[in-house]
Amino acid sequence: VCNYRIIFWIFQELQIDYSKYEHPPVLTVEEQAKYVSSSEGALSKNLFLKDKKNRYYIVSAMTDTKVDMKVLSQRLGLGKGGIRMAPEEALSELLQVSLGCVTPFAVVNESARDVSLLLDQKFKNQTRCIFHPLSNDVSVSLNTLGLDKFLQSIGRDSVYIDLEVNANPVVGKDQPPDLAVYVPSNSVVVPELPTKTASIQTASKNVSAEKTKPVASAKPSKLAGNGKSAVEDSALLVFKNPEKFVEEILDKTTALLLSEGKGENVEALAETFRKRLTSEFTHLAVMYKNTAYSQGFYAGTQSQPKRP
Amino acid sequence: MDVDKKDSIASDSSDQVVNPWEVSAKDGGKIDYDKLIDQFGCQRLDASLIDRVQRLTSRQPHVFLRRGVFFAHRDFNEVLDAYERGDKFYLYTGRGPSSEALHLGHLIPFMFTKYLQEAFKVPLVIQLTDDEKCMWKNLSVEESQRLARENAKDIIACGFDVTKTFIFSDFDYVGGAFYKNMVKVAKCVTLNKAMGIFGFSGEDHIGKLSFPPVQACLSVPAVPSFPSSFPHLFPGKDKLRCLIPCAIDQDPYFRMTRDVAPRLGYSKPALIESSFFPALQAKNGKMSASDPNSAIYVTDTAKEIKNKINRYAFSGGQDSIEKHREIGANLEVDIPVKYLSFFLDDDTELEHIKKEYGEGRMLTGEVKKRLTEVLTEMVERHRMARAAVTDEMVDAFMAVRPLPSMFE
Repeated sequence: VCNYRIIFWIFQELQIDYSKYEHPPVLTVEEQAKYVSSSEGALSKNLFLKDKKNRYYIVSAMTDTKVDMKVLSQRLGLGKGGIRMAPEEALSELLQVSLGCVTPFAVVNESARDVSLLLDQKFKNQTRCIFHPLSNDVSVSLNTLGLDKFLQSIGRDSVYIDLEVNANPVVGKDQPPDLAVYVPSNSVVVPELPTKTASIQTASKNVSAEKTKPVASAKPSKLAGNGKSAVEDSALLVFKNPEKFVEEILDKTTALLLSEGKGENVEALAETFRKRLTSEFTHLAVMYKNTAYSQGFYAGTQSQPKRP
Repeated sequence: MDVDKKDSIASDSSDQVVNPWEVSAKDGGKIDYDKLIDQFGCQRLDASLIDRVQRLTSRQPHVFLRRGVFFAHRDFNEVLDAYERGDKFYLYTGRGPSSEALHLGHLIPFMFTKYLQEAFKVPLVIQLTDDEKCMWKNLSVEESQRLARENAKDIIACGFDVTKTFIFSDFDYVGGAFYKNMVKVAKCVTLNKAMGIFGFSGEDHIGKLSFPPVQACLSVPAVPSFPSSFPHLFPGKDKLRCLIPCAIDQDPYFRMTRDVAPRLGYSKPALIESSFFPALQAKNGKMSASDPNSAIYVTDTAKEIKNKINRYAFSGGQDSIEKHREIGANLEVDIPVKYLSFFLDDDTELEHIKKEYGEGRMLTGEVKKRLTEVLTEMVERHRMARAAVTDEMVDAFMAVRPLPSMFE
């Protein structure tokens, strides 16, 4: 866990010019605005997002920049509904911060290594910008040069993008997803807190697995019926709901098309599709079939015999 | 007609040891699979056989066949002959549910069996030997039954078709026709013969062998190879052939079955056998559930997988970058390349990696990174599928019911 004081230590080491403001804990930009006046710098709104493949993104923007999630998702090459707010567990697991505290500085944590950081281009025009330094009762203002220096020192590139680009269509034959290159190459699975300890126990205590009482041994089975985790929820729906099933197939197909479709001749592309997607889709289809059969089977066990 | 060159396995300490309870290489080196084939008396799965599979199934042979993971067999040729004539077969595989966490080595036979089911369009019975584990591992009956159901979920997540698959646990299913076959087999197997096949000596295991149900238990793996054990699935099809994918250390069990089958008027089951999935650190003969760092588990997070591979995967790369660029990696001992040969489906990419790494242009870090990607994707896909397996689905797979579309 990275104590926010480390952020200031880094500022001092790198001789980054900044100002620090302490205030009561704030959860929203509006609240923050009460304590840090706009003369100090431009306030930012910070979103922590995840896509369907468990890849995470911090989007940090000016408060008046419109961030269209659908457009962003398409520009990342994830289809229209490919991105959503990350669950709370991921905030603490990956960014080591609490609610209301998402900030570009969170990438200083090792756990955030695979989180992609996207910054609003408009920050560059500001004298200073305001962020939380990992704690929501402190704010810090600095200019983008300082931010870049900070990021560089921890081995990160500063990625500034024009968030308000909204071409029509956003993504198409002549317009590949321009932000696809910022999609992290690694996904991260963030299990829900209660079962996480349990699954670690199982994996690491295998030597005494047999001696463990049923109570202590993990409940991976819980995941199946437990509605909490976003990952497992969507897995269940895909196999039960025809629309979700089709959406999943189309998402994967279009993602492949967008990533492989540049300049390929159509026959070669069709071959690639078959090669790369057949096994995965068959697997999906079998699970769909199994789910339907099981529901029918269960219904059969519950059905009343016909009246004579 | 195969000839069992040796019924017993020499437990010579300077030799390699391979039996259902112990696997170790000679002098801590590699397992010599050619010697094993020779010793056991089974046959190599050669390229012509793989081509035949491709022709019969009209699809690319599974990566495990192409890479020689499944490398030996007994009577697979005969099964294919019969298949060409229109005489189908069924598949049988199993698991002893002794631990809740499955690792990649456990998944391999199931992944391959799933391919066989899809490619040949044949039914499958999966046996969970909860009784055997209850006895030999001293678990309570309830615990072993619970583990069996949990394991069933991971097995189902591999993608088996419920309209063609029957999963059963011994505690649930033994009885009726199955039990009759058990007793028939037990009558055929003398104590001496069993001891000979499994390499027991007079003193050391007599306690286990003299326990009456154990002798019957020894026959348990044999019984599912006989279609009459499943009257709800194969009524009147007593001559239906059975093909058993398994790891080669299970060969002794089935040698006994093949010996007994003709005496009971049944077809000998055919076997298709795999080599061992090496442990991450490569020291041991195979991945072991008792050392968590020797294996990648299906419950491992992406981070854990990355760490395990980076920290524990035995590398064939050289000590220094200069030396590596000069000599290249030792592909013989390199674990990441070995793992990729199991799980990286793209032949071209694997060849490229082997060439670049073996000639020193690619570094260990890159190979490990690719492996991490491949395994993470696999484990994630498994986890998604696993999450969709409900208790109702397990009940459906385990219900004693006919499978009318099993050959479609």
